[in-house]
Amino acid sequence: MSSATAHREPRAYHLPEEPHLHEGHSTMLGFWMYLMSDCLIFAILFATYAVLGGSYAGGPGPKDLFDLPLVALNTAMLLFSSITYGFAMLAMEKNRVSATQGWLVVTLLFGGAFLFIELYEFAHLIHEGAGPWRSAFLSSFFTLVGTHGLHVTFGSIWLVTLMVQVAKKGLIPANKRRLMCLSMFWHFLDVIWIGVFTFVYLMGVLR
Amino acid sequence: MSDAVHPHGGHDHHHDDHHDAHSHGSFGSYMIGFGLSVILTAIPFWLVMSGALNDPQLTGIVIMGFAAVQVVVHMIYFLHMNTRVEGGWSFMAMMLTVVLVVIVLSGSLWVMYHLNANMMPHAQMEMDMGPTQEMRVMHNMSEMP
Repeated sequence: MSSATAHREPRAYHLPEEPHLHEGHSTMLGFWMYLMSDCLIFAILFATYAVLGGSYAGGPGPKDLFDLPLVALNTAMLLFSSITYGFAMLAMEKNRVSATQGWLVVTLLFGGAFLFIELYEFAHLIHEGAGPWRSAFLSSFFTLVGTHGLHVTFGSIWLVTLMVQVAKKGLIPANKRRLMCLSMFWHFLDVIWIGVFTFVYLMGVLR
Repeated sequence: MSDAVHPHGGHDHHHDDHHDAHSHGSFGSYMIGFGLSVILTAIPFWLVMSGALNDPQLTGIVIMGFAAVQVVVHMIYFLHMNTRVEGGWSFMAMMLTVVLVVIVLSGSLWVMYHLNANMMPHAQMEMDMGPTQEMRVMHNMSEMP
């Protein structure tokens, strides 16, 4: 084998040129797949709310509990945070580190305001005796809206992490990729919130 | 929205156009998306809070329509979704998710609505289906001396 094949062209079982894919070439698609599976979690929680949303167990209903001006304010906070994240991405495209960081801070403030208002609302409901234990409607309400709030919380933690990363290493390709993933995550949460304020709050008050 | 706007200088080895589709939009496209979102959010809130349509069912249908349009606006202007991103795979994954979401939501509501309808108290059930076997037995028993 050794002497016979030494001068011969080695038989190639692979392509003459390996497809050379740069690092992270599939990250965006993979992250999109994650978001779609997350979307299914929310679909199930929405379905649960749709089924249980009318079971008050003699307790308070949406009309007694929901404060629409507060929800409108909350919606505005999340929408503002979406557009400011968009501005951060535009600054990132131009490699302007301080502008990117500035917009990320603004996004974090809006996200924090959203969480603060939501926690205030939850505390208010629980204080009124309308906690998740009160009825099937409230259990499914707290599960759906709470899961969304938890996503925003982790998104905010991620945002802080990336701000530290950008401060330390600048807008290197890896950090840009991470910021793009968080951008998708953040906008995705805003899309879910459209469903929440429409189906839970507005439809609840109409019911 | 193409590599004319964002030239990918460093990558000499992407022979496919997947990565060019990673557009981040422009200031203008973000502002269009934001403006549309504000309008599409404000109108449903106004409709519900003022009761302008005077018909809860109609209002419900209208605000669901606004929500659907706003989801599409977010997808296009904020998530930069189109049929070309990642060679169409993102769009395919999204369509699969949409199909699954529709099945989960409509299926749950359909099944649970019928379950609820069949779990109504006895009077309702007798009216709907007539006396069941169990009820007939009970009826006979009560007639016994």
